[in-house]
Amino acid sequence: MMDIEYILWLRQMKRYFRSRSRVLGAIGQPILFLLALGYGIGSVYKKAGQGNYLEFLVPGIIIQTLLFSGVFWGIQILFDKRFGFLKEMLVAPVPRVRILLGNALGGATISLMQAVLVFIISIFLGFRMENWAFLPLSFLLMVVLSVTLCSFGAGLASIVEDFQGFQGINNFLIFPLFFLSSALYPLTNVPDWLRILSEINPLSYAVDGLRYTMIHQSHFGLGKDLLVMAVALILAMYFAVSRFNRIQA
Amino acid sequence: MSSNSVISARNVVKTFGDIKAVDDISFEVKVGEIFAFLGPNGAGKSTTISMLTTMLRPTSGKLMLNNHDVTREQDKARKSFGIVFQDPALEEELTAYENMKVHAVLYGIPKNDQEQRIEELLKLVDLWERKNSLVRTYSGGMRRRLEIARGLMHHPKILFLDEPTLGLDTQTRNLLWDYVEKLSKSEGMTIFFTTHYLDEAEAVADRIAIIDHGKIIATGTAKELARQTKTKKLEDAYLELTGRTVRDETSEANNGLNVRGAQRNSRLR
Repeated sequence: MMDIEYILWLRQMKRYFRSRSRVLGAIGQPILFLLALGYGIGSVYKKAGQGNYLEFLVPGIIIQTLLFSGVFWGIQILFDKRFGFLKEMLVAPVPRVRILLGNALGGATISLMQAVLVFIISIFLGFRMENWAFLPLSFLLMVVLSVTLCSFGAGLASIVEDFQGFQGINNFLIFPLFFLSSALYPLTNVPDWLRILSEINPLSYAVDGLRYTMIHQSHFGLGKDLLVMAVALILAMYFAVSRFNRIQA
Repeated sequence: MSSNSVISARNVVKTFGDIKAVDDISFEVKVGEIFAFLGPNGAGKSTTISMLTTMLRPTSGKLMLNNHDVTREQDKARKSFGIVFQDPALEEELTAYENMKVHAVLYGIPKNDQEQRIEELLKLVDLWERKNSLVRTYSGGMRRRLEIARGLMHHPKILFLDEPTLGLDTQTRNLLWDYVEKLSKSEGMTIFFTTHYLDEAEAVADRIAIIDHGKIIATGTAKELARQTKTKKLEDAYLELTGRTVRDETSEANNGLNVRGAQRNSRLR
């Protein structure tokens, strides 16, 4: 029975929809990126003979949405830590894994909804899939990545002691992951050092995979993308479960 | 563990790095007793409660709740108690009813009984009329009452109350202790609580233990403690036993949750 996972998932959903500012706040940043970069850099990009920048950018911004909302969801665990609801869950006669799973599924659902919203908005801005038959595959990649990132966020939150610590993680881990992921620029003409950093960044493969399913452009090849994503998913889940099992109050 | 004791601690030690937060304590609480656990900040109260409620593993020693070993039979031990935490552990964006519902599911209350049980408990603490209000809109006293109701959901044998009246006004404090005494009598429930208000402990507790520097330095009824220290009130007895120096609050007063990493920093809790 999934009753425990369901009720914890439901709690996350209710929490989310009851604070609408959070919904707007979460998609505000990606939309800003889409508009400012899509139109601002788009014209230069086109002049340089690279084609339509908005199309290149959309998969990257969708990944950005998943990345930030997944990790912000991790911050919520910090809130739970500080403000207590986590304790209520931790003393319950339920395996920690199920507590983590219910919560992480809630977090993943929320970030997926946000990513889908960004996708829909990008269509209004003129984005077109290369082949709409690939849409289910795009969605699947988004699901996998959102679960990966929420697990990662949960693991981080169970390590970090306070909000200041989480700020550091944001600045030294999350932003670098995003900016070095090929979300914003193609890896074809970048300097070697940047290319190497991007190639060891697992998020690059998610961006690349999603970009392939959406506009048929790929740097690594879909097979490699899927492989890296699968390994990252397993590692992130292992990380989260092992950290969560060790939380003591 | 004697047959009628429901909580038992034997030679329990908890160290964080070099610091002994709890230093070889032993005590028993009998079925139906109202037991006060007192001590200055940093004395080891919260660490003891955390260990009793399965959130922290003792370094050594044995803790039993309702005849279940707290570290080995964790889930059985967990089903034996309800707890009202020092900091509210409610979900503010859910209604009182929804908070109760989450608890019912987590504790495996059969689906058919959930509704009735929640109604019964919310009526007990006079919150039934407000069952559909978000907890965010609740006052401090209402939250405490809701937490007590929630803690009782699964018919626990023991109710832990960690400074349950902190920050509440006198009326609410009185009301809360009325509930607790009523429960203890009607259901034979054992109550284990901590407080800094010694008048409460004196009025409510059947027995009192005082912990300081990780050791239990006295146990007995309020009268026994007064007699032992040749004082008249529990407060005087307490000051006699624990001294009058103000304690460093950084240790126990800090209530953030810790993972083991924090313990490596030798942070005392």
